Amino acid sequence: TTPGSSEPVTRRAGEEHLQPEPVRPRQPAVQVVGRVHQAEVNHDDTAPMTAMMSECHLDQQLQLVTADTSEKTDPTLYPGKYRVIKGIISPVGDAYRKKGLIPAHHRVIMAELATKNSHWVEVDTWESLQKEWVETVKVLRPGRKRKWAEQNQNSSPKKPQAFKPTGVPRVKLLCGADLLESFSVPNLWKIEDITQIVANYGLICITRAGSDAQKFIYESDVLWRYQSNIHLVDEWITNDISSTKIRRALRRGQSIRYLVPDLVQEYIEKHDLYSSESEDRNVGVILAPLQRNIAEAKHNSSMA
Amino acid sequence: MHVVPIFPCLGMYQVVEGIISPVNDSYGKKDLVASHHRVAMARLALQTSDWIRVDPWESEQAQWTETVKVLRHHHSELLKSSAQMEDPDPRKTPSASADSCNLPGIHPCSAVLPELKLLCGADVLKTFHTPNLWKDEHIQEIVEKFGLVCVSRGGHDPKGYILDSPILRQFQHNIHLAREPIQNEISATYVRKALGQGQSVKYLLPDAVIAYIRDHGLYSSDSPWKGKGNAC
Repeated sequence: TTPGSSEPVTRRAGEEHLQPEPVRPRQPAVQVVGRVHQAEVNHDDTAPMTAMMSECHLDQQLQLVTADTSEKTDPTLYPGKYRVIKGIISPVGDAYRKKGLIPAHHRVIMAELATKNSHWVEVDTWESLQKEWVETVKVLRPGRKRKWAEQNQNSSPKKPQAFKPTGVPRVKLLCGADLLESFSVPNLWKIEDITQIVANYGLICITRAGSDAQKFIYESDVLWRYQSNIHLVDEWITNDISSTKIRRALRRGQSIRYLVPDLVQEYIEKHDLYSSESEDRNVGVILAPLQRNIAEAKHNSSMA
Repeated sequence: MHVVPIFPCLGMYQVVEGIISPVNDSYGKKDLVASHHRVAMARLALQTSDWIRVDPWESEQAQWTETVKVLRHHHSELLKSSAQMEDPDPRKTPSASADSCNLPGIHPCSAVLPELKLLCGADVLKTFHTPNLWKDEHIQEIVEKFGLVCVSRGGHDPKGYILDSPILRQFQHNIHLAREPIQNEISATYVRKALGQGQSVKYLLPDAVIAYIRDHGLYSSDSPWKGKGNAC
């Protein structure tokens, strides 16, 4: 439950796991960044809700913590007011310059292989194709949302929808607690970006023990202010998987079978991705958001 | 039905095979679906594995069979087939299998007899302490003659369970605690509960198994397949 909140919190809402600018070791092997779609079906809280939740461990192991695709959902079990219509994975561009980041086209393909059998999660390549690194908040921008909204209305629904979206779909950022905590890393995020994300969009944070995330929200003025827009979701089946561990296992010749989808494992094997050499990519190179934010800060202070 | 991602690196052992043996229907556990379903699901889950197989022997017996007897059966089958082997089976050498660990190869030639170990979660180790669930002599035979590979599970203390039991303590050299580098708390109980509530279990189970469950109407809240709920 979001601390201090007086309204029922959406405990279950399906989205994609996002890690746009993490510095923590728990990093996706494919640096996939997810974006999410959400439609506010009605503003009436009594409307039955279809909720799906997914944690995309961005090394392609898609893990559904809990998902309900039926239209008849007991609203007391899922007291949220959102209906998830789409989940989008947006792999980060190469210009992000993270250590060990392999070329975007591989990461896009692996994400596509992993979501091949999903009827609601898809991969968006726009971000991965940009020459310069793009801030998360820009990827969430309305211009892109409109495009997704159009696509959603034009494409025939893969399952019959009892409720037609009455509003414009809303986008939320799906993440783990580590992304939330990365907000406090100096120069990683612009404070105005964080504010925009939580104020205008919203966060869905999937976490093992909600308490760390709750504490972090409490300790941050901007997160506290918009806490009603931050939904904490308990991960019932804890899964300690991380792309760092996957890449490590691969370097040591260990099997990753059952940790990633077979198609992805075969792709990795066929293209011999993730060796010690690939892990050394971008060593000594400063991460793009750090570089940009530090440079801007210097520029601003010299102008003062 | 979940296939646990473990790395069976036991150091001095080379793992050549894994056997999943679905329990007999007369085990009587609540929510146990018919064994032919469980065998089929296990097979679907393992269809891409080159070292794990499903053996229906236990499920085909007329009644419930104690674990130690299942171990005895499979061990004698293993000995029979390795006695028949003139040369090491090239399929079982470490280099041939992508799933094998990086271990110095020990060829399974007739000079080295294969050993059979019981693979279990730490929660099973704890059940050794449950009164009347296991016969003491069986526990002893399992740890003394065969051996255990015990996978860690959250909230369990396998070392403590071993120390609390005289039998387990005595043969603790034969109990290998496998550390899972990536902990996964998936459980069949949770999966069944989720299915009973109409929730999706995609990404928790292989797609082929999910399709099978759906096609046969298993584990739904009105599923006709329920165990008798008798004492095991």
